[in-house]
Amino acid sequence: MKKLLTKKNLAALLLIIAVYALLVACDQFGVFNRQSKALLVPIGINIMLAVSLSLLVGFLGELSLGHAGFMSVGAYAGCMFTIHMDLPMAVELPLAMLIGGVVAGVFGLLIGIPALRLKGDYLAIVTLAFGEIIRSVLNNFSVVGGAGGLNGIPKYSNYTIVYVVMVITIIVIANLVHSRHGRAICSIRDNVIASESMGIPVVYYKLMAFVAAAVFAGIAGVLYGHNLGILKPSTFDFNKSIEILVMVVMGGMGSLPGAVIAAIVITVLPEALRGLSDYRMLIYAVVLIAMMLLNNNARFNEFKQRLFSKRAARQGAKLTKEGE
Amino acid sequence: MALLEVKNLGISFGGLRAVDGFNVNIEKGALYGLIGPNGAGKTTVFNMLTGVYQPTVGTFTLDGENLTGKSTLEIAHKGIARTFQNIRLFAKMTVQDNVKVGLHNHVKYGIASGVFRLPGYFKDEKYLDERAKELLDVFGLYGERDYLASNLPYGKQRKLEIARALATGPKLLLLDEPAAGMNPNETAELMETIHFVRDTFDMTILLIEHDMKLVSGICEEITVLNFGQVLAQGKPSDVLNDPKVIVAYLGE
Repeated sequence: MKKLLTKKNLAALLLIIAVYALLVACDQFGVFNRQSKALLVPIGINIMLAVSLSLLVGFLGELSLGHAGFMSVGAYAGCMFTIHMDLPMAVELPLAMLIGGVVAGVFGLLIGIPALRLKGDYLAIVTLAFGEIIRSVLNNFSVVGGAGGLNGIPKYSNYTIVYVVMVITIIVIANLVHSRHGRAICSIRDNVIASESMGIPVVYYKLMAFVAAAVFAGIAGVLYGHNLGILKPSTFDFNKSIEILVMVVMGGMGSLPGAVIAAIVITVLPEALRGLSDYRMLIYAVVLIAMMLLNNNARFNEFKQRLFSKRAARQGAKLTKEGE
Repeated sequence: MALLEVKNLGISFGGLRAVDGFNVNIEKGALYGLIGPNGAGKTTVFNMLTGVYQPTVGTFTLDGENLTGKSTLEIAHKGIARTFQNIRLFAKMTVQDNVKVGLHNHVKYGIASGVFRLPGYFKDEKYLDERAKELLDVFGLYGERDYLASNLPYGKQRKLEIARALATGPKLLLLDEPAAGMNPNETAELMETIHFVRDTFDMTILLIEHDMKLVSGICEEITVLNFGQVLAQGKPSDVLNDPKVIVAYLGE
């Protein structure tokens, strides 16, 4: 227990509570109007999606273009459950998240198996196809509402629930990455051959990363369904997958805080620019490009390093000195 | 019985016989050299011994156990570790984490312990940190433990690769051109380190090298390969003066 009470963990705990307190205070004192309050849940859900995809793209180093597919599978499974069950919310929603997570995890395993043989572009094509197949199946499946969508989902999600689940997601993935299992996953990204020669079971860890990412995407999907009250197959199209991927890439590959910040920015930006009507997508695109350029700027990265890690900054300085 | 016994090992790529009839016995604790001109098949031998390539003919045993046809992963678990001719570090991970990946199988805590930070996690991570420190100290890399591996100078990257291979706790260590690209001072220092590793870890080492000074300086026995076939085998002083070897390296 003592070891859990380090300075860093306490600071993280304080941050988690402070952000929540801020949300509640803003809500109570009417700082949020209806539009901005409606954004809170999508922000949380997008953070969960970005962080889980980050495990695949940023840490395992495999490009996946089908994250919306995992999300939709989980969403439909979980929402079908709440529609057909008549239980109190406190039981129903956690169970729905569990079911959504498990079903998405099974699909993660199924997609993970070809991922063992495919690399780079080829894997991207398979995951892309997976997302599209799921969408077409849902579109033509009358049991889940077909193209008209799945209606009558109880609106259980609120920002408190989403916040709690989101924090758990971030903690689980961050802890996973910083354990021996996470190191194994990162070593696969950096060099598969060396990784295998060091006795890392590559097959096991690739599948594990795919399943873990899919489970959390599925849970995010369940919360998404219970927020809108309706699920439409067309929401989970290629654009949604790309949007999640953009969050991961913009946040800086292999950086969880970056993914969180990028998820917030990318969710808020289109809404914040709504006043500009026609120019909205244009400005959105320009901002994305600007952020990309900034992320590739050596000086900005140095600044970021100095901001986040004192030890890293010291070494950076030392290295430059040695270089001179 | 020798630690590593290789019998008549050979591999063909299509019509090309890259290695043919390779025999070698390496005793426990030996420092063995494998030399030969470019393209002689030295690295191919390493790739067969680590399961990257499957030999077409022949067998090899480690500690009496037949490992022919086993996968890279199984061979790694059985106790053969290697470094690579073209450095293959985990470039975007820190120096310490590189070694800790090598130590991966020394602790057993599960996914749940890692995710929920159960006591097993802290106990095992502490053990890993201590072992990593020991290894990094041997190679004088502990001060740079938080650098990204890709930020290390070339010579230190080579050393880190050896440290990482040692971390797996192998019975046999294969070094693929450990001195490639090093200047004479670095090479001399590396020779000392290799000796030190052999003595302190009681390690058996098979190394590929072009640097004749390094080979004759530290290897007790060597094998010369040329065009995939064994040209000579024996003590460095004898082998390096063998006319056949001189012809292979310098021409007639």
